[in-house]
Amino acid sequence: MARFATLGNDLYTGKRSFDIVGRRRLWYVVSAVLIVLSLVGLLGRGLNFGIEFRGGSELRVSSVQDLGDYEDTATAAVEQAAPDTEPTVTLIGDDTVRVQTGQLRNAQSEQVRADLAEAFDVGTEEVTSSFVGPSWGDTVTTKAIQALVVFLLLVSLVLALYFRTWKMSAAALVALLHDVVFTVGTYALLGIEVSPASMIGFLTILGYSIYDTIVVFDKVRESTEQAMDTSRMTYAEAANLAVNQTLVRSINTSVVALLPVATIVVVGVVFIGPGTLLDLAVALFIGIAVGTFSSIFIATPLLVQLRQHDDEVVTLDGKVNRRVQRDAAKADAVAGNTGLGEGDPAASSPGSASGRPAPREAVTGREVHPWAQRGPRNQPKRPPRSRR
Amino acid sequence: MALKPRNRKPARTLGALVALIVLLFGGLVAATQWADPRAQLTPLLGLDLAGGRQIVIEPVVSGSSEASEEQVQQAIDIIRRRIDGSGTAEAEVSRLGGDNIAVAIPGNPSAAQLEALSRSSQLQFRPVLVAQPVGADAEQPTEQPVLPLPDSFQPEPSVEGQEGSPDAPTTEEGPDDAETSNGPFPEGLRAQDDADRTEDVPGLPEDGVAPEPSDASDLAQITPELEEEFLALNCAENTEGERVAAAAEDEPVVACATDASEKYILGPVELTGAAVQDATAGLEQGQGGSTTGRVQVALDLDSQGGDKFAEITARLFQYPQGQAQNRFAIVLDGSAITAPGINEPISGGQASITGDFTMETAEILANQIKFGALPISFDTLTSEQISPTLGGEQLRMGIIAGVVGLMLVFGYSLAQYRALGLVTIGSLAVAAVLAYLAVSLLGWAANFRLTMAGVTGLIVAIGITADSFIVYFERIRDEVRAGRPLRYAVDTGWARARRTILISDAVNLIAAGVLFWLSESSVKAFAFTLGLITVIDLIVIFMFTHPVVSMLANTRFFGEGHRWSGMDPERLGAKRSTYLGRGRVNLPPVKTKPSRAEIEGGVV
Repeated sequence: MARFATLGNDLYTGKRSFDIVGRRRLWYVVSAVLIVLSLVGLLGRGLNFGIEFRGGSELRVSSVQDLGDYEDTATAAVEQAAPDTEPTVTLIGDDTVRVQTGQLRNAQSEQVRADLAEAFDVGTEEVTSSFVGPSWGDTVTTKAIQALVVFLLLVSLVLALYFRTWKMSAAALVALLHDVVFTVGTYALLGIEVSPASMIGFLTILGYSIYDTIVVFDKVRESTEQAMDTSRMTYAEAANLAVNQTLVRSINTSVVALLPVATIVVVGVVFIGPGTLLDLAVALFIGIAVGTFSSIFIATPLLVQLRQHDDEVVTLDGKVNRRVQRDAAKADAVAGNTGLGEGDPAASSPGSASGRPAPREAVTGREVHPWAQRGPRNQPKRPPRSRR
Repeated sequence: MALKPRNRKPARTLGALVALIVLLFGGLVAATQWADPRAQLTPLLGLDLAGGRQIVIEPVVSGSSEASEEQVQQAIDIIRRRIDGSGTAEAEVSRLGGDNIAVAIPGNPSAAQLEALSRSSQLQFRPVLVAQPVGADAEQPTEQPVLPLPDSFQPEPSVEGQEGSPDAPTTEEGPDDAETSNGPFPEGLRAQDDADRTEDVPGLPEDGVAPEPSDASDLAQITPELEEEFLALNCAENTEGERVAAAAEDEPVVACATDASEKYILGPVELTGAAVQDATAGLEQGQGGSTTGRVQVALDLDSQGGDKFAEITARLFQYPQGQAQNRFAIVLDGSAITAPGINEPISGGQASITGDFTMETAEILANQIKFGALPISFDTLTSEQISPTLGGEQLRMGIIAGVVGLMLVFGYSLAQYRALGLVTIGSLAVAAVLAYLAVSLLGWAANFRLTMAGVTGLIVAIGITADSFIVYFERIRDEVRAGRPLRYAVDTGWARARRTILISDAVNLIAAGVLFWLSESSVKAFAFTLGLITVIDLIVIFMFTHPVVSMLANTRFFGEGHRWSGMDPERLGAKRSTYLGRGRVNLPPVKTKPSRAEIEGGVV
């Protein structure tokens, strides 16, 4: 842990720094690959829509003791009361059998419940039945998409106002879309069932992704504002330093956010089986991980790229470049040991208006105080009393 | 112990937090002791955790693609009445976003009950055959429904033509006699049998149910079974609406008034709400166009309905005013919302109902008529039976997952932040207490039920809440690294962290708000929990974490950066030599001022 703290220190001071903004091509390629994979999953395999989107009836038999031949037992029980419904039977967790069928009428489903309870030798109350109209999923999806659009509009507005540039909103939204596309793609690739609960998951990912991006951007804002004031770093350098400084925070936060979610995933897989909890947790796990990645590696480089032609950024970068060149020139001049450095033609910035000379170095290479270089100070000359 | 001056403000804030918690807890305890209905100390559980049936119904208004706002409201009222009528305790009817209605019924309702819920509903006009006041109102029929006897003098619900006959007297004695014919039903029935004058009314629809009734008002329709049913009918229990609404349109039925003040035997349906074009509440216009000050409900029928209505009123008018058969009932979903007498035959399709209305009750009646006019049928979108064992199991697992997750978070923050991690643990504990109290109180106040989605929201919230502390601590560390003593690092770090926390929580609140207003069922519950947690997060960081950290910064252990405090300047790289900066490259943000060497060089 001590080393982690040291890493934090080094990242803060800039002693150690990951060139995140500079290597943006690399990150773009990484996410392009991720996105392409997601699209392949989405278009190739397609999403596995749950019963809420297809419509039908679902029956769950819990606390089953004897699971031998559960498929046949269930199928037989269902066929008896409701023929032609093509039941699909799956085992969930240790002792729960899930039967999904086409749409059953009320009376039918009561009958099937009773039959299933008898077939598996459990009480009727252990059998749950649910009926889902096909429009249910649609309604939820439509609502969710509406909510999404409103949310994005509002958030872009708020962010644009807060950061005083729409480009931060734009970069944050791109990162957001990236996360959502990737999460949805993962669902398609892994064949995870899409239920209304996973819709909730997607929406939460939106929230988290934006949240994380804002925290990073707030640091970027701070750092770049400082750069604007002092003209010591270019915009890109300031942004990169900000990302590096906030890296420890990002890691800590994502670990802390992922720990409980990971626990749910584990508990869900091992004990509960498919359901609201597991769907949500899986979506969130992937989303949070990708969200953290995108706010650092996508949003920030993109922001720098978007802003690099802004007037104030161009001015800042120009200033910094001139300063760097000037310093280099001075260093050259000093190396040539030309004595006083006030002849520098580029010395027009306010900092040097006072005619501050460049630092000098003696032969040893170490910096020497100007006092020492110039030799003893000239004392006021006053004629001796005898000559006055 | 006297507080150090710099500890006073944080101490005050902490005091406020304690007061808030005590207040919430006190409120909860008070609510469990004295409130009606009683609150419980634990959060209310949603159906998916407690077990029961959850149905989502969509009202479909025939003829229009989208149900209007008022129609949905009406539909919800109807469903609510049906649920109440079925006597299911604790059933819950709520509106989902948009038009959908969620019905949550604990336990295991029968298939027939469910079927009855989603029956379609329409406004019906039925002639009254027999009316009898019931309950406490029986002695003093002050309410609108008029008893059919000629002595008393209650100006009560009466229907008059508006355009059809403008000269018609606007006040009718809604003669009423509670005293004389107030007797038990059989007497009334006999009396009316004698007064049977229906023969002379020609051309009215035959219903063929009862032994050759000559028209819809014919008392011959009343079979002994119906009579028995009527006698047994107890309106106070309001259990009949369902059956009445389900009754065939062309058969006589027994029904109660919506306010349970009267019970009726009603003839077959003669007109449905489809004929109603509009119904408005307003002041009655007198002859000269001046208002009489009485509130009326004006009814506007379409031409076919108007003709039919003219026939009906002509027939009913032949019965003496005040007699039950002079009246017709407007029935909505099995109960009579009003049953005015007829003051005159109404042709032209414009009728007005006057009576003891206040503007408010008239509005309600007008709306009931207007929006109940179109038949509303109900599509079942989902119907889900959840067994409590499954739900309980999920809740248990969810809680286990939450606790384990919380432990991991504790461990991690202790490892990362040493003693400061304890503050994280304390903050999360405070957040947990607040969340528990809030959810329990909301369960009582707003019937908020904790569902699986809500539990998940709470667990996910652990991470988001903890993030605020991480942002805060990292900012403090940044300041310490920049060389500030901890005491000042806390202040400046807080100023920066506060901005970040506020904006990110604001976005979370927006997300929760948008999801809450615009989405459905489980998404809504999730959004609510997320919003709740965000608010709690803000309360905790502002009222607990920051004050505690500021106070701790004044202790020796933290203030001097003990190596286990998590704020050890040495460990954080803020060594004095580094700070003063031998290498310019390493500390750009700190070296904002030109170095001494540079200044001197310039001056000298």
